[in-house]
Amino acid sequence: MDPQAAKFIGAGLACFALIGAGIGIGNIFANYLSGALRNPSAAPGQFTNLLIGFALCEATGLFGLLIALMILFA
Amino acid sequence: MEQFEIKRIIPLELFGWDISFTNASLFMVLAVVLIPLFYLFAMNRRALVPGRLQSIAELSYEFIANMIKDLVGEKGMKYFPWVFTIFMFVLALNLLGMLPYSFTVTSHIIVTFALAAMVWIGVTAIGFANHGPKFLKLFVPSGVPFWLLPVIVIIEVISYLIRPISHSVRLFANMMAGHAMFKVFAGFVVGMGLLGGWAPLVFLVGFTGFEIVVAFLQAFIFTVLTCIYLNDAVNMHEH
Repeated sequence: MDPQAAKFIGAGLACFALIGAGIGIGNIFANYLSGALRNPSAAPGQFTNLLIGFALCEATGLFGLLIALMILFA
Repeated sequence: MEQFEIKRIIPLELFGWDISFTNASLFMVLAVVLIPLFYLFAMNRRALVPGRLQSIAELSYEFIANMIKDLVGEKGMKYFPWVFTIFMFVLALNLLGMLPYSFTVTSHIIVTFALAAMVWIGVTAIGFANHGPKFLKLFVPSGVPFWLLPVIVIIEVISYLIRPISHSVRLFANMMAGHAMFKVFAGFVVGMGLLGGWAPLVFLVGFTGFEIVVAFLQAFIFTVLTCIYLNDAVNMHEH
């Protein structure tokens, strides 16, 4: 295989990490919403935790994206 | 891409090191100058019933103060100036980057890594200053069966060492991916011509609003994580 082609395929494969991040972020917000609708008074207190979970989850996907960018440009 | 290029404004050299004043340095200086100017101007009148600008200044102060009280406790208020500076600096850099033709300093890994490394070294120093050698107990969680300890300790140490990397990559990748996305969609607007170009343009307008939210959110998350690390150093596993 042409090394250049292999490079692009590898970069594309690395972007698959974002699937997991997408599912994870969806889960976090869905569960927060369902919890918040059951007990709206407790929801604002958990907003920081929501954003922490979101950030930790998103980071795993971004590592994959970073690998893709490193393959492409580094 | 052109928007991420670092240009030398005043070329300088010191002992063979390139220390030129670049557009990145310019925007960092701009942020450092703008933040105190804003606070001086906003808190100039010190009215009992705050106006709009004074409200922003007071809200940002309370926002960070409450964050530290929630995540670290009263003992953490000692470190308020440090955390507040980190928050305002990252927020100012992110928001300055949203201006057209400006330069987003936080979309460069070396800048965010230097920030995160500073936080990591600072937090570790605070931990050892507060607890002495006992701070190493951070790597030995309580309630773990002893035959599992060697594995757990190694994992804890690795996860501690990897903190500055995950901390910096999160901010860097978010800002860079957002701005690269702008570029890609702006290319669509030109490429699809006068008739079809409106659809990506409408998307871009909405996406700009979203990016301003992301700029704030990432500064917030950077600060929240700083607080969490600080909590480890100040309170260890007490609560």
